[in-house]
Amino acid sequence: MNDADNIAAEAQRAVADADSLASLDDIRVRYLGKKGRLTELLKTLGKLPASERPAAGQAVNLAKATLSTALDERREGLERQRLEQVLRDEHIDVTLPSRGQRAGSAHPVSLVLSRIESIFRHAGFEVAQGPEIEDEAHNFEALNIPAHHPARAMHDTFYLEDGRLLRTHTSPVQIRVMEQRKPPLRIIAPGRVYRCDYDQTHSPMFHQVEGLLLDDGVTMADLKGTLDHFLTCFFERDDLQIRYRPSYFPFTEPSMEVDIKLKSAHGYSDWLEVMGCGMVHPNVLANVDIDSESCSGFAFGLGVERLAMLRYGISDLRLFYENDIAFLRQFRI
Amino acid sequence: MKINENWLREWVDTPLSVTEIGERLTLAGLEVEEISPAGPQLPGVVVAHIVAVAPHPDADRLQVCRVFDGSAEHDVVCGASNAQVGLRTAYACPGAVLPEAGEIKLSEIRGVTSRGMLCSAAELGLGEDAAGIMALPEEAIAGTTLVEHLLLDDVVFDIGLTPNRGDCFSAIGIARDLAVLSDLQMKEPQVTPISASNDNQLAISLSDPEGCPRYAGRVVNGINNHAVTPLWMQERLRRCGVRSIHPVVDVTNYVMLELGQPMHAFDLQQLNKSIEVRGAHENEELVLLDGQSVTLESGTLVIADTSSAVALAGVMGGEASAVTSATTDVFLESAYFDPIRLAGVARRYRLHTDASLRFERGVDPTMQVRALERATALLQQICGGSAGPAVLVEQEEFVPLRPAVAFRPASVNRLLGTSISDQRIHEVLCLLGMNVDEREANWHVTPPAFRFDISIEPDLIEEVARIVGYDSIPVILPRADARPATTVPDNDAEHRMRNALVERGYFEAITYSFVALEQARQFHPDALVTPLANPISSDMAVMRPSLWPGLIKAACHNLNRQQEDVRLFEIGLAFADLDGTFSQHKHIAGLRSGAAVAAHWDAPTRESDFFDLKHDVEQLLSGCGHDCAAIVAAQHPALQPGQTAAIVVNEETIGYLGALHPAVAQQYDIVKPLFLFELNLEVSGTISAPQFRPISRFPAVRRDLNIVVGADVSADECLEVVRGSAGEHLRDLQLFDVYRGQGIDSDKKSLTLGLIFQDVSSTLTDDEVEAVVARVLRSLHELVGGLLRE
Repeated sequence: MNDADNIAAEAQRAVADADSLASLDDIRVRYLGKKGRLTELLKTLGKLPASERPAAGQAVNLAKATLSTALDERREGLERQRLEQVLRDEHIDVTLPSRGQRAGSAHPVSLVLSRIESIFRHAGFEVAQGPEIEDEAHNFEALNIPAHHPARAMHDTFYLEDGRLLRTHTSPVQIRVMEQRKPPLRIIAPGRVYRCDYDQTHSPMFHQVEGLLLDDGVTMADLKGTLDHFLTCFFERDDLQIRYRPSYFPFTEPSMEVDIKLKSAHGYSDWLEVMGCGMVHPNVLANVDIDSESCSGFAFGLGVERLAMLRYGISDLRLFYENDIAFLRQFRI
Repeated sequence: MKINENWLREWVDTPLSVTEIGERLTLAGLEVEEISPAGPQLPGVVVAHIVAVAPHPDADRLQVCRVFDGSAEHDVVCGASNAQVGLRTAYACPGAVLPEAGEIKLSEIRGVTSRGMLCSAAELGLGEDAAGIMALPEEAIAGTTLVEHLLLDDVVFDIGLTPNRGDCFSAIGIARDLAVLSDLQMKEPQVTPISASNDNQLAISLSDPEGCPRYAGRVVNGINNHAVTPLWMQERLRRCGVRSIHPVVDVTNYVMLELGQPMHAFDLQQLNKSIEVRGAHENEELVLLDGQSVTLESGTLVIADTSSAVALAGVMGGEASAVTSATTDVFLESAYFDPIRLAGVARRYRLHTDASLRFERGVDPTMQVRALERATALLQQICGGSAGPAVLVEQEEFVPLRPAVAFRPASVNRLLGTSISDQRIHEVLCLLGMNVDEREANWHVTPPAFRFDISIEPDLIEEVARIVGYDSIPVILPRADARPATTVPDNDAEHRMRNALVERGYFEAITYSFVALEQARQFHPDALVTPLANPISSDMAVMRPSLWPGLIKAACHNLNRQQEDVRLFEIGLAFADLDGTFSQHKHIAGLRSGAAVAAHWDAPTRESDFFDLKHDVEQLLSGCGHDCAAIVAAQHPALQPGQTAAIVVNEETIGYLGALHPAVAQQYDIVKPLFLFELNLEVSGTISAPQFRPISRFPAVRRDLNIVVGADVSADECLEVVRGSAGEHLRDLQLFDVYRGQGIDSDKKSLTLGLIFQDVSSTLTDDEVEAVVARVLRSLHELVGGLLRE
């Protein structure tokens, strides 16, 4: 057993005992550093007889290489151990609740309005707005509802003390748009409307969307096409049944009411009234100086709360205005 | 309008089933809202007649009736005073089921066994009469089931009529449409004129011919005032939703249901000499049939005799001249009143009657005499009497005409998008009773007298469409010739703001636009609020000048329901009259109360404060293009002094934020701090695409300065001084500590500022930075008295 072997054996033991990266570094310095014992041993080789030198040199170099490998292996082992310890220490229960601000939500009426607006925007309609405090001229007269008209009595109008009124429908917006601009026109007008009626199924304030399309050669077939498209998109189903039946509005002629049947697990519902519509009455066009011989169009109106109730299965209208967070948080899309 | 199936089938021999009739009518514009059975099914109830009556041995008020039910005789105990030998009545045998009483069993009443029961109309669910057992006509055959005898195997269509179809407030009107839809002729009942058997009449004068251009009247003397309305008429009235009252009244109501002509019957002996249709005198008094007294406005159309008004024309008769059980002589009225005049009256006096409803919508102006003849015939059938001549007075120039409508058959397909042949169009119009004068492409179509709703071409197009069926109109997506708008819609900012608040944990509320006057004053004392003339309640009396009252109410609703953390917002119009200018502007407002951060297992929670709210508002402002809005200390009557700020854009205040004033909070029983903001969305910021600025590739240098200033110097003032003096290389400025207390004079505070410098073209040297810092410190000292803290 030569010196090199002794030193190597001693170093190997030290490596095996080392329990940290720092002690490994010490060992490396102690044996393989500039003044390390194996390095020093190499320097003494010159004193050996020439014949012994190659063998002794080989032995020292072998010892160095072996020790170096052992050090590397031990280092890897220790690093792996340390990593494992870190992973153990940093283990968490990923099912614990997250941290951060939970989102609120938009009102279901807003959500439904956005949905309606986006369907009609894609069909080329733009969104128009109008005042909620209106005058009789825009709310009634221009829409072919003169003072004595029976339809006027059915509107349960809120009046202000100065004779103005709260709009009873969003239809006056079509008048305001037609006063400003000429056909072709494609607009929808969403917003709040008011009727002096307050019970389980009536709110004194609710939301409507009015629509208007004016162009030359527009027919009732176009109207049916537009509303079929809208209702199918809105309810996201192709099995929707849609029915058009004659009705009466002073500002359209012919007029129609639109009914739908929704399919559920129990089969189809009864017919549900969802919209009113018709071809714009010539008197309405005349009131805004549009010639009904050269231009025709259709108008439609829908109740937003009604569609929201159908979409979300809400049965009580009053929930919309109570603003109970337990109610509001249920609607995200 | 309610109408029963049997009545319709009597006039239209349609092969359609009940469901089909309902569907066809609905699809032709007469919306059948409900189809209900005409009466109860009444199993085990049959016609029987009383063959003997004996007093009950042990009860004074009861009798034992022996009844014959067509096959056998039974003893039945009965308490009705009209139970007499010979009476045909309704007999419920043991096992019969009545709507209220349920199953009838063999029972013993005070020692006498009763095999079943004799029934009143009320017990059978056939009316309100509970006074005696039913009196069936003599022709009623014992043993026939009551359902068969009364034709109860019938349904009632409840039809929601649109305002244009006044002509359908009658059996004749609905039958007419049903006939057209079934391609059949209607079998109209023939009305034979009743010739006068005496010459009694009342002089009739029309002093307001615009209101009443036609008036038919007739005197009938000597009617039997013990007569009762026959069961068949009672049943028809009942099925159509009209109560049976008195034979004379029942006859007028029946004619109204049958022909659509409202009528009135006066007690002739209570009328003074003559009939005049005139405008009321100012403040003329009239006591109506229902007992209420009305003070008439001048010009209201009335029927008057020589001394006073006796009826509100077309609406309701007067009490004094009403027929009663003592009446033996009547005067029947069948008139045409102008729809517009009548509409106003019913609304002004809040009297909506079956008659006024029909006159408002328009009654056939050619129907008066026919209806009068029909009523006379029915009246004589029931009560006898001797009729005078039917008298018609009219001022023809005021009777409405149905002028011909210019009609181009080509317009039908042009407007509907269909391809209906001219021949079919012609056919439909004729079926509907129109007179069609064909002149090549331009027809003249004259609607029948009862159609008040047809005056222009599209009215006729609708008629064709509703008979041909709206389902035959094709479904086509319109050509897009209208150019969509090129500008960004102005509610995009609204969408962004809504999303920003939702992400920040806010829930959107929708509150009523009307609030109580005190609330309006409390939250916006400067604005003259806009009051409603007819509010629903004092809580909803004025248009809101601010969205806060509604939101606070919603917050209370939630706080009272164990909702500790409340964040709500609303977008909507606020209304104000400021300095004589009326405005309705879109506002966004919000409030928050409760924890600032959600409770978490690993972090302490904290209550929301002003700065949480301020951050929410800043996010909103940058979302709508108001990046350079200033938030400055301010006053607001509803907010807590010292925790109130105004939102200022270009020197204009567009809104406020702050803590709810404790005194106001107390009024609403709110015990936790609550923070509010509101701003006008219509003072628009500019949202345009951001312009790129080069990014510096050189390192930034940071200097932190701890400055001591007077306690009353605002943070903004200090930051503005720094920004103003630091020069172009100041890239960022942070205020990261505020300290008052030990080590600092009590009237001072220390602010720690982080200044970050960077140049786009070179690395800043220490000397350059030190020079800037020195300049900043000098300015702080000169402008706000700031000193570097030792």
